[in-house]
Amino acid sequence: MYSEEVMKHFAQPKNVGEIKDADGIGEAGNPVCGDMMSFYIKVKDGRLEDVKYKTFGCVAAIAVSSKVSELVKGKTLEEAKALSKKAVAEALGGLPKEKMHCSNLGAEALGKAIADYEARHGGMPLAEQTEKQFEVTLGCCDCSTENPPQAKFCMSCGKELKK
Amino acid sequence: MEKKVYLDNAAATPVRKEVIEEMMPFFDAEFGNPSTVYDMGSRIKAVVDVQRAKVAELIGARPEEIIFTSGGTEANNLAIKGIAFAHRKKGNHIIVAATEHHSVLNSARFFERLDYEVTFLKVDEYGLVDPQRIRELIRPETILVSIAYASNEIGTIQPISEIAEVCKNKGVFFHTDGVATVGNIPVDVKQLGVDLLSLSGIPLEAPKGTGALYFRKGLRLMPLLHGGIQESGRRGGTENVPGIVGLGKAAELTLQELPQKMRHVKVLRDKLVSGVIESIESVKLTGHPETRLPGHASFCVQAIEGEALVFMLSSEGIYVNTGSACASKALKTSPVLLAIGIPPELAQGSIVFTLDVTNTEEDIDYVLEKLPFVVGRLRSMSPLWGKKETAQASS
Repeated sequence: MYSEEVMKHFAQPKNVGEIKDADGIGEAGNPVCGDMMSFYIKVKDGRLEDVKYKTFGCVAAIAVSSKVSELVKGKTLEEAKALSKKAVAEALGGLPKEKMHCSNLGAEALGKAIADYEARHGGMPLAEQTEKQFEVTLGCCDCSTENPPQAKFCMSCGKELKK
Repeated sequence: MEKKVYLDNAAATPVRKEVIEEMMPFFDAEFGNPSTVYDMGSRIKAVVDVQRAKVAELIGARPEEIIFTSGGTEANNLAIKGIAFAHRKKGNHIIVAATEHHSVLNSARFFERLDYEVTFLKVDEYGLVDPQRIRELIRPETILVSIAYASNEIGTIQPISEIAEVCKNKGVFFHTDGVATVGNIPVDVKQLGVDLLSLSGIPLEAPKGTGALYFRKGLRLMPLLHGGIQESGRRGGTENVPGIVGLGKAAELTLQELPQKMRHVKVLRDKLVSGVIESIESVKLTGHPETRLPGHASFCVQAIEGEALVFMLSSEGIYVNTGSACASKALKTSPVLLAIGIPPELAQGSIVFTLDVTNTEEDIDYVLEKLPFVVGRLRSMSPLWGKKETAQASS
C-alpha cells in the first residue's frame, strides 16, 4: 500500500522534535480527523537553519513530516514556501489516493510556520493572511454511507459526491 | 526465524490442515454438480447435505434451516433483504443497532431509500443494547430487529435471548449477526430463540468465502440470488462444494474443541489485558470488561494513531487490527467506537487483538515487551502527548 520511501521515513523519521526558541511555529490538521502536525523553524539569513516537527497521525502523515523537513532544511524561505503537496508526494514515491488530502499536511504546516515567522518579524500580520490557501478539501457523501474519498458517486444511493 | 505473532483472527485465520485435506477431493476427483441426476452429482448432493447437518449441529439448528452463503456479508444481506422484501405487506419498519457491521448497516440504509423506515438503536458505554428500549421502539409496522450477537471491534456480547423474547412477544422477526460469535462461544439458536443467525467460516478456520444463514423453519425469505432451486430455492447458483465441505469439517472440529479453545484464549486474553493496562498509561479498555468474547481484547491508546501503531507493530512481527479512520478506506472513524461514546481523537488510537487457539503465552509476553516501546516511540513524536505532559507538569 505504501512506497518504499514512505516506509523508510516512517521507520526512521528524520528531524523529529520541537525547537524551544523557534522563530516560527505552524500547525495543520485536526486530531479528530486522525492527523495533526506542528512544525518548528529556526531562520538565519533568510534560510531555514533548522526544521523540526511533531506528528500525530498515520504512516503517511509521519513520512510526509519527515520528508518535508528533509526537503526544506537549508533552503531559503521563498524556496520552502514554493513546496507543494504534489512535490512532497512525488518525493515520497507517491502516496495512496485517499491519503493525498488528509495526511499530506506537511507543506501546509511548514507554510504556517513561515507565515508565523514573517508575522513576528514585521511582515504581513498573520491574522490578515488569507486562510484560504490552507483549506483542505475532503470528499464526503451527504447520505450517511461511507464512501472511499476518490469515489465520484455514492456506492449506496448513487448520488454524485461533492468534492 | 523472525518472530511472528498473529493476533488478528477476526480478520482471517489459517485454514486447518484437516479442513484442507477434507476439501481436496472435491476440486478434481469429486467435481460433479450436486444438481445433476446421475451418480457423480447425486453423490455430491449427499455430501453437501452431510455438511449442512454438521453446520446445523454446531448451532443447534435443523439441517433444512441452513442456507450456505459466500460468507458473513451475504448471510447478513440475505437475512435483512430477504425478510424486508418478503414481509413488506406486514410493515416497513426495521430496527438495527448503531454498532452493527457494515453489511447490516448498509443493508438497512438501502431500505431507507425504498419506502421503509429504519431505527438505529443507541447503545451504552459498553456497546450493550437495552432489550426494554427495543420493546418501546417496536411499532405495529415493525417487521425486523437485527442486533449482532457480539462485536468484532469491542468484543461485547449482547443479551440475545432477552431481545429474542421481546421480539417474539411482539411478533417481530429477530436476526442476529453471529459472525464474530459462532466459533468463539457456544451458540444454540433454539435456546436463544432467534429467527435468523448469520455465521462465517473465518472464526472456524474454514476458507474465506464460506458462511451460512440459519433461518427458522417455515420463515418466508426472499432470495437475493434468483436462479435454480439450489438451497431450497433460497439461493440460486451451483454450490461452492469444496468451500461447503471445508465449512462442514470446520464446524465438526469446532463443536469438539470449542470448550478447550475458550479456556485457552481466555487465560491469554486476561494476561494481555492486565499487562497492557499495567505497562501503558492513558489506555482505555473498550467494550464490556466481563461480558465479552473470550479471545477478544480492544483498547484505545491516547495521543497516537492506530494505523501508525499497526504498521510499527507489524515491523516487530506483531499483527493486530485498528478502528482508526486512517486505516479505513473510507477514512471514517469506527462507528462502533463513536457509538459507545469514545471521543473521535481517542478513537484514532484504537487497537484490537483477536486471539486463537494457536496463540501461546510467549506470544503475549512478546506483545507486552514490544507494545509499550512502540507506543512510547509514537507518543514521543506526537504533539498531543507533548501537550498533555506539559499540562501535567505545570499543574
